[in-house]
Amino acid sequence: MWSNVLYIDLETGEHHTRDRHDLFDKYLGGTGVATQLLLEECPPGIDALSPGNPIIFSIGPLTTIFPCVSKVVSMFKSPMTGELGESHAGGRLAMAMRFAGYDSIVIKGRAAKPTYLSIHDDEVKLKDATSIWNLSSVEVTGKILREVEPGKGRRSIMRIGKAGVNQVRYANVNVDTYRHFGRLGLGAVFGSKNLKAIVISGTEEVELPDMSAYKKMYSKLYEEVVDTEVMDKYHDLGTAANINVLNQLKGLPTKNLKQSHFENAESISGEYFADNLLLRKIACSNCPIGCIHIAMLKTPFQKGHEFEVSHISYDYELIYSLGTNLGITMGEDVLRLIDRCEQYGLDIMSTGGVLAWATEMYERDLITPPDTLGISLRWGDTDNYLKIIDRIVDMPNKFYKALAKGTAVAAAEYGGKEFALNLGRLEIAGYHTGPASIVGQIVGVRHSHLDNGGYSIDQKASSQQLNEEQMVDKLIYEDYWRMINNSLVCCLFARGVYGEQNMIDALECVGIKKTRDDLEAIGKEIFLAKYAFKEREGFDMDNISVPARFFETVSQLGMLKEDTVKNMLKLYRKKTGI
Amino acid sequence: MKSISVPYAKLNVKGGGVMPAKIKVANPNRCIGCYSCMLACSRANADSVSLIDSAIDIRTSGGIESGIGIIVCRSCIDPPCARACPTGALAPRNGGGVVLNKNLCDSCGVCADACLPRAIHFDRADMPVICIHCGVCARFCSHDVLEIRKTEVL
Ligand code: SF4
Ligand code: SF4
Ligand code: SF4
Ligand code: SF4
Repeated sequence: MWSNVLYIDLETGEHHTRDRHDLFDKYLGGTGVATQLLLEECPPGIDALSPGNPIIFSIGPLTTIFPCVSKVVSMFKSPMTGELGESHAGGRLAMAMRFAGYDSIVIKGRAAKPTYLSIHDDEVKLKDATSIWNLSSVEVTGKILREVEPGKGRRSIMRIGKAGVNQVRYANVNVDTYRHFGRLGLGAVFGSKNLKAIVISGTEEVELPDMSAYKKMYSKLYEEVVDTEVMDKYHDLGTAANINVLNQLKGLPTKNLKQSHFENAESISGEYFADNLLLRKIACSNCPIGCIHIAMLKTPFQKGHEFEVSHISYDYELIYSLGTNLGITMGEDVLRLIDRCEQYGLDIMSTGGVLAWATEMYERDLITPPDTLGISLRWGDTDNYLKIIDRIVDMPNKFYKALAKGTAVAAAEYGGKEFALNLGRLEIAGYHTGPASIVGQIVGVRHSHLDNGGYSIDQKASSQQLNEEQMVDKLIYEDYWRMINNSLVCCLFARGVYGEQNMIDALECVGIKKTRDDLEAIGKEIFLAKYAFKEREGFDMDNISVPARFFETVSQLGMLKEDTVKNMLKLYRKKTGI
Repeated sequence: MKSISVPYAKLNVKGGGVMPAKIKVANPNRCIGCYSCMLACSRANADSVSLIDSAIDIRTSGGIESGIGIIVCRSCIDPPCARACPTGALAPRNGGGVVLNKNLCDSCGVCADACLPRAIHFDRADMPVICIHCGVCARFCSHDVLEIRKTEVL
């Protein structure tokens, strides 16, 4: 149980499964196993968009068995950063993998022709995707595949849009319409492999060693999820609640972090979205919370009350990157921008970062109309941002080609490095909370802002007067334990429920006996294995420059000093031994 | 959200006979598509973690963007599934719905066809999965979609 790996070679069309209990026994599943598979399968130094880059998906021993254990880890070499690419997605994928009987899937090679993968229980097929390859929209791709594929009602469909096909470096993979493998460019890797989509479903059933102990534990965890306050925030306004909170605290990156508060925050706040735009909430499989907030946007296109209607999911990070960071003043306009990115399958945090940098460049005349093909970039100008997004995907000239590679590459070519807000070539998360957030993103053990929750450590630092060393200790603790959360692949929103003891007890219910110390040791080992991959691919903490802008704009903890960040990094290295 | 402590235990009379309760889809539009009910049904009644062993069926029709359908036994008083069953494996249950006698079932599938809501499907052992109106699914629905209701006992 829990160790079945499906290997698929897109080049030969062959596939087979292997029992890799050697990996699962040691590293549990999820991130732990996927890291080892990546070390095995990814040849050192390869180009992330070459056929040699593998795509790995992994679930864990508790997937679908306990509430909120609902995510899948994907790993690959990232075309954005050139090193570890790790991204997590919810939706129905984790459940579909569990019931199809695959704990990990490894995809290798490049298909000769546009292809999609159809996986239903034991049946694994490569199918011709030529006729849908150039569909720009991820939504339409989903609609077409639904008509021709089995598993109706409970299958999961991953797919890329035009951004992935054109290999925009921060293209994402859309999962079940509203969820994504975002950030580090998995969509571009799909594109480089001629892989348009993956459909997966299954009918397996799982039996556990002691059903009555399991049922008890399930009820206990379920009760903690729904009956306590631990997850209230995600259920009510969702993460968008952060807009007003961070705005008040001066932690909300605005207009390319020229400001850390936004004068128009109210009309793009979580409260505004919930009161005016929220249509409904839905859930990932086996999560009774339902934190996926779906807004309805009605756009009139003709007289006589003719409306185009779209359903768009939103979250804090999206509203920050395509809202505050671009000076957009109305929630409806943020939705229009989100929708456009969604249709193409672009990572929204990176897209917002790229647009914000470009706007400041334009403001300073460092880029001019000949670069932008005549489109002006101004804070708050939604219509023009939509045009720019179209061109990022189509790449009609050198400038847009650069934008399609992300802020770091574009700034190396056009300048403005000091306000090109990326850390290790990845556009930053929406927190100007303090040094822990910056350090957390630099050490980048996982992918983005949820690496180690640096922002919440900053918040604790202000209330509990933490010094630099204490902040680093907290970061490291989070890093090690999140390796375990991510190996079970619990939703991180439920991390308040899946504390140390609950993880130990839940694992015991599926026959895995581990002590607290065992788990911490495994967490540390996984952490070091990830660093082994990162360093093998050229990651060097000393080479990561922190854009000066971070130290010019007041943060939630006041003005930040470069020395604080440097010192914390030094402590981090010393304490982790990397 | 709703508490787990719905007093269902009293209503859960195992082993057939008089079962004075039935499951009711009270607020279908509140469903978030979490499958907690399905997993609860198979956990409680089939001792498995599974979707296929669940008597309640949650499914999307045309993708997650198009809404969620909830299919479960509607507790017919004169059940067409039982009438259609050629072997007598399905018998009307007091209070509505049916009781299955596995020993008599031929796995012929006639019952599934007779049920318009499509509340009967077959598990991996090719046995029909039949709702026993125990209410466990309602207990694990955090959005008040499902309710367990007392029925007139015949
Ligand atoms: S299974 Fe269908 S036909 Fe039979 S009692 Fe239930 S709803 Fe009626
Ligand atoms: S499948 Fe079984 S219960 Fe259904 S009609 Fe046939 S014999 Fe009766
Ligand atoms: S009432 Fe009981 S048997 Fe019927 S669907 Fe719900 S949990 Fe399953
Ligand atoms: S538990 Fe409730 S909300 Fe969840 S899928 Fe079932 S009916 Fe819908």
